[in-house]
Amino acid sequence: MDTSEDILQQASPDLVRGSQTRRAAKSARLSPSFVSWLQAGPMMLVFLAFFLIPLVFVVIVSFWDYNEYQLLPAFSGRGYTDTFEGCIAQLPDLCTIAKTYLKTLKLCFLVWAITLFIGFWVAYFLAFHVKSKTWQMGLSLLCTIPFWTSNVIRMIAWIPLLGRNGLVNSGLMKTGLINQPLEWLLFSEFSVVLALVHLFTFFMVVPIFNSMVRIDKSLIEAAYDAGASGLQTLVNVIIPLAKPGIVIGSIFVITIVMGDFITIGVMGGQQIAAAGKIIETRVNALQFPAAAANAVILLVITFLIITMMSRIVDIKKEL
Amino acid sequence: MTETTKKTGVSRRTLLKGTAGLAGLAAGSGAITGFPYVMSAEPKVLRYLGTAVNEGDDISKQCLKDTGIKIEYITATTDDVTKRVMTQPNSFDVLDTEYFSLKKLVPSGNILALDAKKIKEFDNITPVFTKGETPGGKKIGGQGTAPWKVLYLEGKDSKTFSKTATEFVTLIPTVYNADTLGIRPDLIKRPISSWSELLNPEFKGKASILNIPSIGIMDAAMVVEATGKYKYADKGNMTKEEIDLTMKVMTEAKKAGQFRAFWKDFNESVNLMASGETVIQSMWSPAVTKVRSMGIPCTFQPLKEGYRSWASGFCVSKGVSGDKLDWAYEFVNWFLSGYAGAYLNRQGYYSAVLSTAKANMEPYEWAYWMEGKPAEKDIKAPDGSLLEKAGAVRDGGSYEDRMGGVACWNAVMDENDYMVRKWNEFIAA
Repeated sequence: MDTSEDILQQASPDLVRGSQTRRAAKSARLSPSFVSWLQAGPMMLVFLAFFLIPLVFVVIVSFWDYNEYQLLPAFSGRGYTDTFEGCIAQLPDLCTIAKTYLKTLKLCFLVWAITLFIGFWVAYFLAFHVKSKTWQMGLSLLCTIPFWTSNVIRMIAWIPLLGRNGLVNSGLMKTGLINQPLEWLLFSEFSVVLALVHLFTFFMVVPIFNSMVRIDKSLIEAAYDAGASGLQTLVNVIIPLAKPGIVIGSIFVITIVMGDFITIGVMGGQQIAAAGKIIETRVNALQFPAAAANAVILLVITFLIITMMSRIVDIKKEL
Repeated sequence: MTETTKKTGVSRRTLLKGTAGLAGLAAGSGAITGFPYVMSAEPKVLRYLGTAVNEGDDISKQCLKDTGIKIEYITATTDDVTKRVMTQPNSFDVLDTEYFSLKKLVPSGNILALDAKKIKEFDNITPVFTKGETPGGKKIGGQGTAPWKVLYLEGKDSKTFSKTATEFVTLIPTVYNADTLGIRPDLIKRPISSWSELLNPEFKGKASILNIPSIGIMDAAMVVEATGKYKYADKGNMTKEEIDLTMKVMTEAKKAGQFRAFWKDFNESVNLMASGETVIQSMWSPAVTKVRSMGIPCTFQPLKEGYRSWASGFCVSKGVSGDKLDWAYEFVNWFLSGYAGAYLNRQGYYSAVLSTAKANMEPYEWAYWMEGKPAEKDIKAPDGSLLEKAGAVRDGGSYEDRMGGVACWNAVMDENDYMVRKWNEFIAA
């Protein structure tokens, strides 16, 4: 808010000078709030057209009925009731949707914790140990290497590495550490988490790095002068100030992993349930309302997680 | 109404031809040199939506050469092809799809049946499609969406399948095959003869099935029947209880760690098998060939319970009329005239019109692929790469033996919705 008003104040004298008469100048002067709207306008329109309106359609369709070959635009809760089928009747056993979300949340938590740990230290190294700006740029570009190849190729590349006859297994067998190839290296939760961490650590590094380079170095010096140990500086100065980056990175990683079905599918040998996978199966069977209902559920759950996180840190204020 | 549209179409065409003539004159007058010949000015273009099975560059090139029709391929997975027909029926002209999806496509009204009378070779189409028997007279299993059940419509715009032959054909047959399990004989080291081996604990962690629910469950049903646990009235159209039973067997196997991974596309199945991650899995014939061409032994194992078969064919979008419809007929007729059929046969598929394909193949090729005889010479793929050395015999033998051994066809069940839910449950288990 402040920034846009500042800009306006700086810009308006030009406007006055540039205009021919005082009256014309007065009419040319736009109210600050209008300018703010104008500046935010294009983004809002894009959001409206490509996000909000489609989302409204998804919610509407999720309450429609369907048959084998078409959508029936009549109100029906079938998409939802089918999804929660057996959730009460099967107790204490978990129903499909509960099992699926538990699994998705578990994977999500693991990936989040690991990417946060690795991402934080990579960003820390880049921000505080690499002095030259050029090197900082160069090294952060290195972090994008996993994105140089297509998603699918990257995932297929794990097979010769982790497979039954892959490099890791044959290496371990040659050194005599194991006699039987390790089956859990591939098509398991381990391989899913590994691939997701490999893919998404970058999304943690960038925002955390961004927060860290903006930390005033004199604060760290002040902490040092006040006799704080390295750990105390980290916990009491750096982490609190890097919080916005941590939260933004976490939002990136959590939203992507919650909706992922391709990586989980390929690396999990299609045998691990995922919230996104349920949607995919439904869409492929042309059951669009059921797919839409699942999408709404996924959206609500992801939204809840993000709300909880922004409770911890007020991103708007911090930015 | 049709008359008028046709007339205007023709006049527009002649007009264009006239202009083309002028352009040709200009070209011929020496103003432009180096161009061999200016062909018809009106480009005959057909947008062809289908899976990769029938879509070869060689086929489209030959078609352009023979008929002047330019084929623009729109390639998608089986599921996406169906989705596209439902949601964007105007985004394609010719549709190449499988018979089992007709149960969804025909009621949607988005496709147009073709007129059998305009298909030159229609009477020569293999009786597999029309009568449900091989040319040698063997009856073929009809469980699931067998093509002869959905081949004809009652009328031009009818949405009801006709039990008797009519001139309105839902899909003009093009290609089909009999699928079974692929195995790695070098790693299994003993004969395999039944579908029940897929769930044999001996292959724990080394088995795989197809992750397309409607097809995967049929493979599962072949296994259940082979183990003697249950006999289905129709594996392609199960009751809810039958779905529950089948999925229960599969879930137990999954929990016990029987499956290494499920596969969804051709390359995945090749990778799994070639890398030794799996030693027994449901597979497609060209995928087996691909593994073998990498120098790795792989057999498309015939099993005593029979094959699960699939078939696909051509129809057009409801938006196609006038000249485009004529070209579509011209294209379909060309497709059945032999070149494409021979091309498909050489990949291990089967062509719908056998006589024309035979005329386009060498006798030794025909003997190997269709008659189950040992190869007299090296067998080569359409691209010239070596598939089999002289002396090899095709897995499963002759056309008669393979197609005659079909037990069921890919299908969409009446309880499809329930089945999809159960499949998600199975994945989550």
